[in-house]
Amino acid sequence: MTDTMTNPTAEPEYPALAACPACIATPSAVDRARAAAAEKAARIMLSVPDAHCALCIQTVESDLEKMPGVKSARLNLTLRRVSVEAEPGISAESIAKRLEKIGYPAYELDPGQLSMTETDKQGRDLLMRLGVAGFSMMNIMLLSVAVWSGATDATRDLFHMISAMIAVPTVAFSGQPFFRKAWAGVRNGRLDMDFPISLAIVLATGMSLYETFNSGHHAYFDAAVMLTFFLLAGRYLDFRTRAVARSAAQELAALEVPRAIRLTGEAEEPVAVADLRPGELVLVRPGGRIPVDGVVVAGQSELDRSLLTGETLPVFAGPDLVVTAGAVNLTGPLTLRVTAAGKDSSLHRMADLVAVAENARNKYTTLAEKAARMYSPSVHLLSFAAFAVWMWLTGGDVRFALNISAATLIITCPCALGLAVPAVVTAASGRLFRAGLLIKDGSALERLAEVDTVVFDKTGTLTRGTPEPVTLEGLSPEALAIAAALGGASSHPLAQSLAQAARAEGAIPAVLTEVAEVPGFGVQALWQGRRVRLGRAHWVGAEPLDVTAAYLGIEGQAPQSVAFADRLRDGAEEAVAAFKAQGKRVILISGDVPGAVGDLAARLGIDDWRAEALPEDKSAAINALQAQGHKVLMVGDGLNDTVALSAAHVSISPASALDAARVASDIVLLGTSLAPLPEAQRVSVRAVQRIRENFAISFGYNVIAVPIALVGLASPLIAALAMSVSSITVALNALRLK
Amino acid sequence: MDILAVLIPVSLFLGLAGLVGFWWTLKRGQYDDPEGDSQRILRGDYDDHPKP
Repeated sequence: MTDTMTNPTAEPEYPALAACPACIATPSAVDRARAAAAEKAARIMLSVPDAHCALCIQTVESDLEKMPGVKSARLNLTLRRVSVEAEPGISAESIAKRLEKIGYPAYELDPGQLSMTETDKQGRDLLMRLGVAGFSMMNIMLLSVAVWSGATDATRDLFHMISAMIAVPTVAFSGQPFFRKAWAGVRNGRLDMDFPISLAIVLATGMSLYETFNSGHHAYFDAAVMLTFFLLAGRYLDFRTRAVARSAAQELAALEVPRAIRLTGEAEEPVAVADLRPGELVLVRPGGRIPVDGVVVAGQSELDRSLLTGETLPVFAGPDLVVTAGAVNLTGPLTLRVTAAGKDSSLHRMADLVAVAENARNKYTTLAEKAARMYSPSVHLLSFAAFAVWMWLTGGDVRFALNISAATLIITCPCALGLAVPAVVTAASGRLFRAGLLIKDGSALERLAEVDTVVFDKTGTLTRGTPEPVTLEGLSPEALAIAAALGGASSHPLAQSLAQAARAEGAIPAVLTEVAEVPGFGVQALWQGRRVRLGRAHWVGAEPLDVTAAYLGIEGQAPQSVAFADRLRDGAEEAVAAFKAQGKRVILISGDVPGAVGDLAARLGIDDWRAEALPEDKSAAINALQAQGHKVLMVGDGLNDTVALSAAHVSISPASALDAARVASDIVLLGTSLAPLPEAQRVSVRAVQRIRENFAISFGYNVIAVPIALVGLASPLIAALAMSVSSITVALNALRLK
Repeated sequence: MDILAVLIPVSLFLGLAGLVGFWWTLKRGQYDDPEGDSQRILRGDYDDHPKP
């Protein structure tokens, strides 16, 4: 892969007009790197986030199979991934382009980053154990029904024996995940949920074996296996949710491969950013992201620093300008001398700040942990107390007392507790995934439910980060025609947007000659013998405005200005309005100039806004809010937001955000619209409510069942009933989530 | 009650057959894309040109 992969817009339309020798040299380097990537790419994986229906499968697969060189394509709708088998020479990029054309934006995945095989193996392992437990449960249940209906003497003993033959190997195989975790917990000196589970399973199996050999009346093999089955079901759900989230998070990480072009003497070579050393020279092409901190040595261009600072207005870049990693180079190629790369770069310092902020957040205790903390000790105490009391009452009948104690453990065992959280989280994250939100962290759902304040970033979050002309009314038809022609000749975002808007107005591009892009300044050409220019204010000879603007100069006429405003992201208005309707405080904090931020705030009806905020200011503002007891949801996309994202109680970033921002946030918004956010918050509130209900249900069952067990009336039938009914109620309650 | 000597092995055998079947589906990767498979089964063109 080359660095162009990260910037699909950057190629292959090199501004053919740019007057620089380096531009002519660049394609060869790209081609070489691309050929190297294609050779080994026999199986190509792409992420297709928009695929969601039966028709999508058909469209994507049949279209790809028509592509020459493609052997077969298969779309996995669950993971939203297409896997393409192609002949060498077909690049992932060309497939992505083809998919983009039929309306499915696709992103290449680095197969090395996706440790799918390992996750798959774990999932299959759990599923196998679950299957074995299910098989045994059903068979033992059949035998148990006979015992419950009154089988006696030799028949009962035979049935118990057969049950034992099925149950013991099953428990030994299927119970392993619990035993292993419990053992690890004990070694670290803590008792979590797994210890009472393991104890109950082992004790129930052991007691039942003893009873079977002594022709006892009660054997709890069915209960032991059922316990294993239901708890494994909870584990598997939990695993699946996390596996889907993890693979998607890996996908996001695999999307961006940091590369740079190193200049050594005459040659250019693509290298990993990590391998760059201070003092080396790096070439950044137009459209490319600056990979390191450095100083401009040669070249002129403009830099878009919106992801770093939130400012929408591009800044001029020329020799001796100090630049930081993350800015996007717009018009001309730049040669940089690296001053800091890797660990010393500003990017890495940001990562350190993020790590500090995250430490504070990791202290969050989930509802499940709280429940486990209360539950584990009380169950052990209860069971032991039952044993002691019955020893005393019966005058030392160990067998009877152990039976009671085992029955107590089985009946209190957290079948429902084990399902209470995973079932709800699976249902909720499935719903949110369909709405286009990806939960990266298990506790994020619970934290999202507590939110009472929402902080938005401006550029790239509430807006698309792509400017569009406010109005073209001031331009005469001929000026519009010239603007359309000049704008179309440049790769600068303002120029492109102006050309598009002019064409939308019905302007036919004027015929120009000698069109040339002057990197860092603008485009110029000859029109009917007169010089026309589109670019920066002083170059065109106009008075600069205090808003983002481009200037059009026609020789012999006064220069004209076109002001630009950032386009709102889809759903931004709805999202803000819905959050306000929910009674949440909405705050806008941006690094942009007050004028632009104030305009946007007024448009969206946000009263509380702050402009020109540095990254530290943002996180400080959030910390101040949290110190007042508010729970803050931060929505942001830029590098300047990363610290704030990790400082907030919970954070969301769009998929278009920089890698660093997505890593720092808990939830990633896969679509382009912000509209699902308030809905997601509502779903999370409901989900937490369901989790609490589930805890209440399982507690309720215990309140009824425990006294029965304690007085010694619990039979295997009652244990089996209590367990299955409570588990099913809890699962059904989770499915009610709408 | 002699019938038990036949019925119990038979029921165990059937259960085991189910378990082996489950194991087979697991190995064949039939749980990798449940959502996609549920949609694929309704597609008409699949009947005419089934894919391996």
